[in-house]
Amino acid sequence: MKRKGILQAINRIGVALTVIATFLVACKPVKEYQKNKLNDSEMTLSNRKLQKTETNFQSYREGASGANGGKTGGGCGCN
Amino acid sequence: MKKLFLSVIALYIGVLSSFSQATVKQDSAYKPRRLSFEEANIVSSYYSQDGTHAAVTGGLGSEKLSDIATTFDVKFSKFDRFGRKHSLTGELGIDHYTSASSDKIDPATISSASHADTRVYPSLNWSMENNTKGKIVGVGASFSNEFDYNSLGFNINLSKKTRDRNGELSVKAQVYLDKLQLIYPIELRTDHDPSSANRNTFSASLGWSQIINTRLQLMLEGEIVSQDGYLGLPFHRVYFNDGSVHVENLPSKRMKVPLGLRANYFMGDNLIFRTWYRRYFDDWGISSNAAMLEVVYKITPFFSVTPYYRFYQQSASDHFAPYGEHTSSDQFYTSNFSYAKFLSHFYGAGFRVAPPEGVFHIQHFNSLELRYGHYQKTTDLNANIITLSAGFK
Repeated sequence: MKRKGILQAINRIGVALTVIATFLVACKPVKEYQKNKLNDSEMTLSNRKLQKTETNFQSYREGASGANGGKTGGGCGCN
Repeated sequence: MKKLFLSVIALYIGVLSSFSQATVKQDSAYKPRRLSFEEANIVSSYYSQDGTHAAVTGGLGSEKLSDIATTFDVKFSKFDRFGRKHSLTGELGIDHYTSASSDKIDPATISSASHADTRVYPSLNWSMENNTKGKIVGVGASFSNEFDYNSLGFNINLSKKTRDRNGELSVKAQVYLDKLQLIYPIELRTDHDPSSANRNTFSASLGWSQIINTRLQLMLEGEIVSQDGYLGLPFHRVYFNDGSVHVENLPSKRMKVPLGLRANYFMGDNLIFRTWYRRYFDDWGISSNAAMLEVVYKITPFFSVTPYYRFYQQSASDHFAPYGEHTSSDQFYTSNFSYAKFLSHFYGAGFRVAPPEGVFHIQHFNSLELRYGHYQKTTDLNANIITLSAGFK
């Protein structure tokens, strides 16, 4: 049973790595002057400032948190 | 509550008027050697929820709660003689909430320990950016205080861009040292003066962001979080199947591993897809998947609308059981529905306006955003949140 779980996990990691490798192979070097779309304020690879309070309440109502730029500790969580 | 609301309005007007003064326009290549103002942001939100599974009353009872939160941050920067940019960001956050379930800690009192509470959380961060080498190093400290809880946090972060500036590796470490007063439900108290306990959180994260082409970029992020100390909350009741009532009891250690993937794609000239996925698991038996899609539609280059949807799914913790289902043979027990098996949906829309002449023609009033969201959990919890953000440069 445990072995089956480990094999499943390895399988999933393999699929994820294949997807990531495909993306990386598809990379084309982009020069600074070609980054006008990438430099748009909506293209930032992080949460918006006003998502901070949303992330906060979700971390209190849900068992999982992290990997989204938010905090992973500190504060009571009473509210 | 009313005073706090008026204070927030006054803060907005104050900041607005201070930036409405005409100032000398700086050249974009100008590099100040003295610490000078770069940007400021105010974010205010109002959150309200209702549900039927309050942890204070053992997983059965009103979860009615409202919270008004405001954060204000201001960033200053300067360049040193080596051309490195130093940035100093100060932030102050204030939350005020009222909670129906917290009032049940001691129902005999008019206003019990956490019936209504205010949390104040200042923080200070410094970073140094070496643009020639593509390196950023930063440190920060934070503090959070509320009636029965204090938290002290420290962080350090480093990032390095690749030679072609298309990739970036970032590393971050955080520590939170928390102290909480052990305020038990009234019927389970043994003495008058509550004792205290500690909770420590250590986290390390590694991120890689990569430009794929002129329209697509993505980021991978992995984190390991280790917690120790008192990880439950002392006023959470648990009712056993024999009718006896106990205080929530959870292990004194927890290890969490969230892994995230973010990808943003600019399609055509006015459509942006912002996507995020997170896989999470911990040693309390919770595993979860979260995914979010935001579609930004630019009606003009300076005005956009953004509908969004977030899906979340989690399995139950090994230590969770609902009201009246734990037995005396259980070593750990909680009826907090944050640890239950459930799905949640969060959806809404927002708009953003950032005209070059400034919002309302106020030169330094850089952007204004408003966003509404509705949240629903399959465990009978519904919530609404509305957030307003104003940026000044």
